[in-house]
Amino acid sequence: MTNTERFSLSMRLFHWGMAALILAMLTAGLLMVASLDGWQLTVLTVHQVFGVIAVLLVSARLINRLSQRIPALPDELTQWQKTAARVSHWLLYGLMFAMPVSGYLMQYFGARPIDVFGWFRLPAALNVDIHNYALFRELHSLLAIALIGIVMLHIGAALHHHFIRKDKVLKSML
Amino acid sequence: MKKVFLALLLTPAIALATESPAKVTAQQFVDLQQGDTVYPGFRRAHAKGMCVSGEFRSNGQLSAYSTATVFQRGVMPFTGRLSIAGNNPTAPDLKAPVRSFALSFAMSSTEQWRLAMNTPPVMAVADPHTFYQQIQAIQAGPAAIKQFFAEHPESKEFLTWAAQYEASGSFASETYNSINAFYLINPDGKRQAVRWAIQPTVAVAATDMQGANALQNEMASRVLAGNVVFDWVFTLADVTDDENNATKAWPDSRQNITAGQIVINSTSAQLEGGCHAINFDPLVLPTGIEATADPILRARSSAYAESYRRRATEQLTGAFKEPKND
Repeated sequence: MTNTERFSLSMRLFHWGMAALILAMLTAGLLMVASLDGWQLTVLTVHQVFGVIAVLLVSARLINRLSQRIPALPDELTQWQKTAARVSHWLLYGLMFAMPVSGYLMQYFGARPIDVFGWFRLPAALNVDIHNYALFRELHSLLAIALIGIVMLHIGAALHHHFIRKDKVLKSML
Repeated sequence: MKKVFLALLLTPAIALATESPAKVTAQQFVDLQQGDTVYPGFRRAHAKGMCVSGEFRSNGQLSAYSTATVFQRGVMPFTGRLSIAGNNPTAPDLKAPVRSFALSFAMSSTEQWRLAMNTPPVMAVADPHTFYQQIQAIQAGPAAIKQFFAEHPESKEFLTWAAQYEASGSFASETYNSINAFYLINPDGKRQAVRWAIQPTVAVAATDMQGANALQNEMASRVLAGNVVFDWVFTLADVTDDENNATKAWPDSRQNITAGQIVINSTSAQLEGGCHAINFDPLVLPTGIEATADPILRARSSAYAESYRRRATEQLTGAFKEPKND
């Protein structure tokens, strides 16, 4: 997997598409839990629907990722840096799954069916399970904070590669 | 440079503040409601209540207006909660100015309906940020609330209601109002704005009532003796009515439809019944019912969610304590 210089077009599309989606979802999530304004319900509904879309997208993305070659990390990186890069990438994949799944489960245990634009509804428990609701509600928050942290690291690392190390890491995703 | 940037950021905020009430968050709102004394594991508002259960006997009259399965002719069980306003789960029943009835219909894995109703038919104010100021004024005392109402003429209908309202001697003899309006969606997709009231079928005078749990004890023994029945009456808005303003009642001449009877056939202490775990968020709606743009209604979901999150997490982490009822 060393002879590609750039990520494939499909991988770049997934990357930037999901980057936009994650940014929008995190922003919407942080705003809607605090807002008492009229748009809150609308944003909540859209957030839930996009969560459903996110699970489908990240599943397709993972299949795509596993079926393709990716550019190798620069040889100049030390072993721990390479390990950190790989771990952070797989953490990002893990969080991309864990965010929508934990979001769905908090709605499930709160007995709140999710309406997908009036087309269909995702099932929820018939009766509320307040303990599991609390568990997944708090987990959804903690995972969001973790995701924000790792995304910041990810962006920071990309900029570091581009401007300080002046290597091709960022360019390989453009 | 930084200062210029900050000034640019703040200018619109200042401009907005002069036009409308200062914006508050769901967290600030729930902080205000819970007050200085937090009762871990309990609702931050309407903390004291009892669980009830029973069934809605639908006569099918509303099925032409809404596709919600609950309105088809038949019987739908519910879990409910009767409560009083306030943050204290051990407060005396008779001191609270507002009584409430909440319902949860679990129709299927994809259809749920939660309702939260109160004794006043209208709100004193039309948006959550002004409501926050109203609660602040109530907490500050009689002079502050008098001044608040004087500065808010939209509270007129609420005050007229409050002046003539006499608390009855039972949860069974109160009228519980949706306050906010909702849309019923009929099979053709046509929407009709409605409000509703759960109306008593008995009159009970408030005489010789004693004890902190007077209302709960009265209700428990009443239900033991027989079912407690309410009529569920929907009021249909006219095109001239504003469904997005909770401070204005619609004229009495509007068409009313009785959808059926709400029948309570059992009660239990709130910590022993199924109602304690439920967040009665009135924006959990089934297919066939939708939210209006009423700013008060729209604010309820995130405020309820914040209160629910706090008490759910307290239960999970074991912070929850059963307070002594004395």
